[in-house]
Amino acid sequence: MGAVTLENVSFAYEGAEEAKVLQGIDLDIRPGEFVSIIGANGSGKTTLCNAIRGFAPKFFKGEFAGRVLINGRDIADEEIGELAKEIGFVFQNPFTQMSGTARTVYDELAFGLGNLGLPRDEIIARVDEMVQLARLQDLVDRNPFQLSGGQQQRVALSSILVMAQDILVIDEPTSQLDPQSTDDVFELIERMKGQGRTIVLVEHKMEHVAAFSDRVVLMDAGRIVDVGTPREIFANPRTAAIGTRLPQALTIARQLEQVGIRFEVSPLTTDELVGQLEPRMVR
Amino acid sequence: MAFIELEDVVFSYPNGVTAVDGVSFSVEEGESVAIVGQNGAGKTTTVKMINGLLRPSSGRAVVNGIATTDRTAAATARDVGYVFQNPDDQIFNSTAFAEIEYGLKRQKIDADAARQRVEAAAEICGIRADLETNPYDLPLSIRKFVTIASVIAADTKVVILDEPTAGQDLVGLNRIAGIIGHLQQQGKIVITITHDMEFVAEHFQRVIVMANKRVVVDDLQGSVFRNPDVMREARLTPPVIAQALDRLGLDDVPLHVEEIAKRLAG
Repeated sequence: MGAVTLENVSFAYEGAEEAKVLQGIDLDIRPGEFVSIIGANGSGKTTLCNAIRGFAPKFFKGEFAGRVLINGRDIADEEIGELAKEIGFVFQNPFTQMSGTARTVYDELAFGLGNLGLPRDEIIARVDEMVQLARLQDLVDRNPFQLSGGQQQRVALSSILVMAQDILVIDEPTSQLDPQSTDDVFELIERMKGQGRTIVLVEHKMEHVAAFSDRVVLMDAGRIVDVGTPREIFANPRTAAIGTRLPQALTIARQLEQVGIRFEVSPLTTDELVGQLEPRMVR
Repeated sequence: MAFIELEDVVFSYPNGVTAVDGVSFSVEEGESVAIVGQNGAGKTTTVKMINGLLRPSSGRAVVNGIATTDRTAAATARDVGYVFQNPDDQIFNSTAFAEIEYGLKRQKIDADAARQRVEAAAEICGIRADLETNPYDLPLSIRKFVTIASVIAADTKVVILDEPTAGQDLVGLNRIAGIIGHLQQQGKIVITITHDMEFVAEHFQRVIVMANKRVVVDDLQGSVFRNPDVMREARLTPPVIAQALDRLGLDDVPLHVEEIAKRLAG
């Protein structure tokens, strides 16, 4: 049984029924799998996340067809609040993630756990652990709304991870982050995977997608056009042709291919690129 | 005197937190600069002092020969356009057209000329089809282009882009590169804050690295990305092209793919 299963899912927003944002989506994500969704902006990545979480069509109204199963149960039959216990959802825009009521980062992290009605001791233990894990020690007493965009993004992610759901849907968690914080976030997500959680990630930083994903889902105009390992997806020339970035090493290889330099394996990392070039250098 | 002169500027918030602690650099007419560094390094605060949104607690920010403290923020902003990191901090009109036109109306530019400028800016930013749309009905990545178009329409000498590459796909990145090229051709000063080192290597020769509220280095990209001490201090990773060239023993050539091609046997 898949952790997340979509069967022939289509969706169009209310008032724009002719423009389907999702069309005939079939996808089965195994428990513990790390799946990245890539594609150009507007290809349906965020809407797909919203469908998995039940926000579309329950919150974002529109025409919905097909089925979404979470741990084998059709979410059409579930309360959206109940689903929150099984799926953590990190929004693209951290500014909309914040509870709006917490006056400190610490309270922001405790907010969701408080809503679950957990005992105070457990809330404190879990928030403290999350603060350590996400390296938020310097921020715990700050007002979440007075943080920089990047800091807010780390807090928004942490406030979901602390809830410890089995399935995490994470929409562009690093768009505002500097390179070091991006690495930190991926370390955090990797750790979640190590705990057996299922990860569905939307991300534009393709070095990280290539390094961490078990499978990559490529979307274009509301459809899934390809699913495979990172190398299968990135090596396919169609991937760049439909407006997604490539890992930098592969972009360099593609430019070299244009002047007649061949690569046996499409390189996804600096190591793979240098490894194939080094023996051919003229000294 | 350069068009922009920062002379040992310091900025402290009323609560005593210092965001920028002694930054000096100048930018000549027609020059382009990338500013890189960690979140919290002081990049955004620094550029806000250039466009007059913030005034230095000490030191001087001189733009077009006038210290920002000697004129209103609105007057400085006529020389320096600033595109916010978060478009939602900037947008408040109900159509993209009205949003882009807003600053022009305030400058009392007549309606026909304003319309032309709005349409030209929208064209450059690839959002002509979106002009009658409410900006909040557009995806965040497109909303960013509405705010860029507002600043382009204002036709300032300096254009500051605060993280324009965040969340952009390949099409968006290419569009931003096109916008920057267009502005450079017009002789504008373009200052871009970004976390995308690949983008910097492709589009900016001069790079200012900030860390801990100060400038660590201000130099050409080839030197900056090949200085391991600077990269470590600023907690940055060089773009893959710089890493690859270094590992192939080409540590003294420009950061171009052709440099690799030249030295390969078929």
